[in-house]
Amino acid sequence: MEKTMKKYFPLFVLPTLVAFLIAFVVPFVMGVYLSFCEFTTVTNARFVGTANYIKAFSNQDFLRALIFTVLFAGVAIVTINVFGFLLALMLTQKLPGRNLFRTVFFMPNLIGGIVLGYIWQSMINGVLSGFGMTMLMDAKYGYWGLIILMNWQMIGYIMVIYIAGLQNVSTDVLEAAKIDGANKLRTLFRVTIPMMMPSITICLFLTISNSFKMFDQNLALTGGGPSGKTTMLALDIYKTFYDKVGFEGVGQAKAVLFFLIVAGIAMVQLVLTRHKEVES
Amino acid sequence: MKRRKTLQKTFIFMLLCVLVLVFVTPIFFVLMNSFKGRFFISDQPFALPRGELFAGLENYARGIDRAGFFSAFGWSMFITVISVGVIVLFTSMTAWYITRVKTKSSEALYYVFVFSMVVPFQMIMFTMSKLADMLKLNNPLGMVVLYLGFGAGLSVFMFSGFVKGIPLEIEEAAMMDGCNPVKTYFRIVLPILKPTAITVAILNAMWIWNDYLLPYLVIGVGTPYKTIPVAVQYLMGSYGAKDYGALMALLVLSIIPIIVFYLFCQKYIIEGVVAGAVKG
Repeated sequence: MEKTMKKYFPLFVLPTLVAFLIAFVVPFVMGVYLSFCEFTTVTNARFVGTANYIKAFSNQDFLRALIFTVLFAGVAIVTINVFGFLLALMLTQKLPGRNLFRTVFFMPNLIGGIVLGYIWQSMINGVLSGFGMTMLMDAKYGYWGLIILMNWQMIGYIMVIYIAGLQNVSTDVLEAAKIDGANKLRTLFRVTIPMMMPSITICLFLTISNSFKMFDQNLALTGGGPSGKTTMLALDIYKTFYDKVGFEGVGQAKAVLFFLIVAGIAMVQLVLTRHKEVES
Repeated sequence: MKRRKTLQKTFIFMLLCVLVLVFVTPIFFVLMNSFKGRFFISDQPFALPRGELFAGLENYARGIDRAGFFSAFGWSMFITVISVGVIVLFTSMTAWYITRVKTKSSEALYYVFVFSMVVPFQMIMFTMSKLADMLKLNNPLGMVVLYLGFGAGLSVFMFSGFVKGIPLEIEEAAMMDGCNPVKTYFRIVLPILKPTAITVAILNAMWIWNDYLLPYLVIGVGTPYKTIPVAVQYLMGSYGAKDYGALMALLVLSIIPIIVFYLFCQKYIIEGVVAGAVKG
């Protein structure tokens, strides 16, 4: 069978492979190389060693964006997972209108980041205008605005994954815990949560990577303002590329660092929680 | 005991009702303001559109006109539908081939696809958009190629996971009976892959429909091919007086197709998202 199939390589693999080369492999390899070059278009590159990486830290922008992203992600990951889990717990009980609740909570997840960002921008500015302020007056408004927006978008998504996880916890084990005299809280922390580690791994992974990679919402909600104080990593890279002339190499170096950060966190997180899964 | 339980359930139910209200508030806020005169939106953001505040469909007329909404809707639809079709067809063929033909190169290719999933878009955005320009892919059909390439990682990964579970005997029997690989694929494999194909289609549709940066960088705003997110950002991102009336109307118009799609395919969407998260 393999032999006959091999003849069909051009039909089965080539279209995807060509597109993959154009849209990923070649740009990725070029991107890594160009991060060591000075260039304005990709054809006039001149090798400059690690100069771009040094320049990436020569002003505060990148470091500030990194700190802001970490502060944002830290709070967003915890709130989204806690709220999502609580909603899942409530919605796995027998309640009237259960499916309607799920439908509503999940819906914001389908709306794109740009549209979401402007919805919340007008909402938050509407509230703040009552106090004679706008979101761009103080970075703390933008910060909490982003957290609220991200919660609104992702809670329903995380909730449906936790619901699926909760439905997989075997009722035998829960009954055994009940017979052994464990109260509800104890059952939750000693039985349900350990058995849900696979779902928790997935949800943590999703919230971490979405928080770190956030771009559209950031662009639409605050545009990074006031004076760049709410700029996250992805937006800072974008601005380095397209708002300043002659900084393309620095932008690419920042992009490589961004890739390493995102991939690194994903790896560490997966290894850590997989380890926990085995234990439980 | 029983009474305490019903009391508890009533409390949870009420709490959920309040949360649903909180969740839909932003959407109602935008809907309400879309019927208000543009200058009342920032002055009286929470007033109902009554009396002199009411502007009828004025904002809608302006929003549709200034952002070119119908054209944007058409191009969003065109790019999303064709890309999703192409992605499902070609990546499932590729996944089947590289799972069944076990050579070093197909194994290596699989790992490159998996690797591409952790790379953030910012890493390749500059080089990819320059390459797309050089290859004359800066048009709606070119976008399909780019989406196939950048979306291939996740889709191939998901299809491969499923193909591994299909017993080889079925395909071998088909080939013995004289089916060539193309016939075997379309008659046997693709029908079995249907559940995964729906998941892959939904995940990609949500991504492509809402994607902002890729169409913005590759096609840009100076062309008639703007998609909905690009048109929204174009209306708000341009300099000069911001027209919040037009924005509100445009936001409502952008959400309507998503809600309609969601109401019709809700079951598939939630199942698809959970399956996608668990496998991805």
